[in-house]
Amino acid sequence: MTEIKEMVKILAEKHGRERGALMPILQAVVEKQNFLSEEAMTEIARQLDISAAQVYGTASFYSFLDIKPRGKYVIRVCKSIIAEMKGKKEILKTLENSLKIKVGQTTPDRMFSLLETNDIGWSDQEPSLLINETPYTNLTSEKIINIIHEYRSKN
Amino acid sequence: MRSNNFKKTDVIFSDCQHTDGQKYPILESVLKKKPQDIINEIIDSGLKGRGGAGFPTGLKWKFAAAQEQAEKYVICNADEGEPGTFKDREILLKVPGKVFAGMAICGYCINAKKGYIYLRGEYKFMVPELTKFLNEFHTTIQKMGYDFSIQILMGSGAYVCGEETALMESMEGRRGEPRNKPPFPVIEGFNNKPTVINNVETFVNVAMIQRYGVAEFKKLGTHDSRGTKVFSISGDTSKPGVYELELGMKLSDFVDEYGDGDTKAVQVGGASGFCVPRKKFNETIIGFEGVPTGGSMMLFNSSRSMYNVLSNFIHFFAEESCGQCTPCRVGCQQLVQGIKAVKNGAKDEDYLKKLLKLTESMKLTAKCGLGQSVANSFSSIVTNFKEEMIY
Ligand SMILES: Cc1cc2nc3c(=O)[nH]c(=O)nc-3n(C[C@H](O)[C@H](O)[C@H](O)COP(=O)(O)O)c2cc1C
Ligand code: SF4
Repeated sequence: MTEIKEMVKILAEKHGRERGALMPILQAVVEKQNFLSEEAMTEIARQLDISAAQVYGTASFYSFLDIKPRGKYVIRVCKSIIAEMKGKKEILKTLENSLKIKVGQTTPDRMFSLLETNDIGWSDQEPSLLINETPYTNLTSEKIINIIHEYRSKN
Repeated sequence: MRSNNFKKTDVIFSDCQHTDGQKYPILESVLKKKPQDIINEIIDSGLKGRGGAGFPTGLKWKFAAAQEQAEKYVICNADEGEPGTFKDREILLKVPGKVFAGMAICGYCINAKKGYIYLRGEYKFMVPELTKFLNEFHTTIQKMGYDFSIQILMGSGAYVCGEETALMESMEGRRGEPRNKPPFPVIEGFNNKPTVINNVETFVNVAMIQRYGVAEFKKLGTHDSRGTKVFSISGDTSKPGVYELELGMKLSDFVDEYGDGDTKAVQVGGASGFCVPRKKFNETIIGFEGVPTGGSMMLFNSSRSMYNVLSNFIHFFAEESCGQCTPCRVGCQQLVQGIKAVKNGAKDEDYLKKLLKLTESMKLTAKCGLGQSVANSFSSIVTNFKEEMIY
């Protein structure tokens, strides 16, 4: 059994094989693999006894359930109007320069993906972003450079 | 001069020893009452839902209680996706016990054994803390001999899943596409079983009504808008944050307190709410009798382009539309292109009238609140700041 098949089987045993288990399973796979591969989705379909098209249909609806390969750390910069007013553009530029990629891209070493997202619930502390599930708020260019540096030195 | 009805209050975040995780004395006393009596108290209190739509909470519970099915559910809507809202975040971080207590009271009233918190994916960082409090809560109510449990389910970055039926589709493992209503969730909700779904803050209000009594609750707010509201205040203000205020205040009083002295407009209720220009601050009441809000208050001063504000909102709707119905799917795209064309001169001023008509028809024909409410911000911004849309 491949690693992915094994992982999906364990998740199905944990969350159950009802249709209602689909979201938690998809979320767990994204957490572990950073995206949903075709193999993972086919295996989830097999385990839950639904069609692969149904799995794909659900997964493709949700912006956090990536069906494209992403880096180990997915950066999602908040692009709400308040974020825009508080300097989001500057943060985005700093990130693009520091990571040497544009929005929508992943660094060649597969460490970071840079994305934009709608309001993440921190309008009182913009600019803000999420790195995987961790929010960072009241950002300045200096602050975000340090944060990226910390993530780099973790690896 | 500030009128009397601007009052800061402290009901939602205070008095937490009554729901502190270890002990839930509120529940002990509630469980001695008859469900019917509690529902009547909630009806009598005048409490309306805090998620935006403002449906009377007690009535919703009464409908669900009347359903004779063995399986029913309680859902707490913690999707909080409206731009400019973050008050449910603070409530869940600071007083989660009150939310659990409110849900348990609901379960007791409608005879449901199972509750769910649908938490937006953006708030996943909260899960470890919340789970810890939930475990304590479960231990405590088990000791009371009360059979009710709560499970956290996560969203994955889709604004439309805050719509109650889309949320249930999502919980069932499907695309978050809103259902036709009727049937309403109180009849056929999650897994087609009778379901009460309320906002995070609504559940806290229920717990506090049970704690202080209906009479105390009715002292707050106005006839049409009982109680307090937790506001999320952001934008051009020196004190952004979460504030609890009495309902029924004048917008001018609000701006006096939170504005930066140069407030040009306040967007009340997020992207799906209304934009109020300075000249109308004095006549605008914040509450169900005036401009209702789920709590998002975004302040803009005179340095801000209202075209940018509108453009940001319309892009938001276009991205978050589930695409299920044509008026919303195509309408949002047309609006995005339309305001751009007017701004850069490709279309003349009259074209704005066409776009306004388009939003009016979206209001009538779109399937859910997302498509229906695009007209709110669109018409209030375009009519009040027309020059900014053109030049
Ligand atoms: C597009 C859309 C998004 C919504 N998002 C939320 C939300 O994030 N939180 C919420 O409580 N209600 C939201 N609602 C309202 C819910 O459908 C529902 O009315 C509410 O959860 C009922 O709870 P309440 O009566 O306590 O307000 C949304 C509605 C629409 C149309
Ligand atoms: S109005 Fe928009 S979001 Fe609502 S069902 Fe139609 S397409 Fe989907």
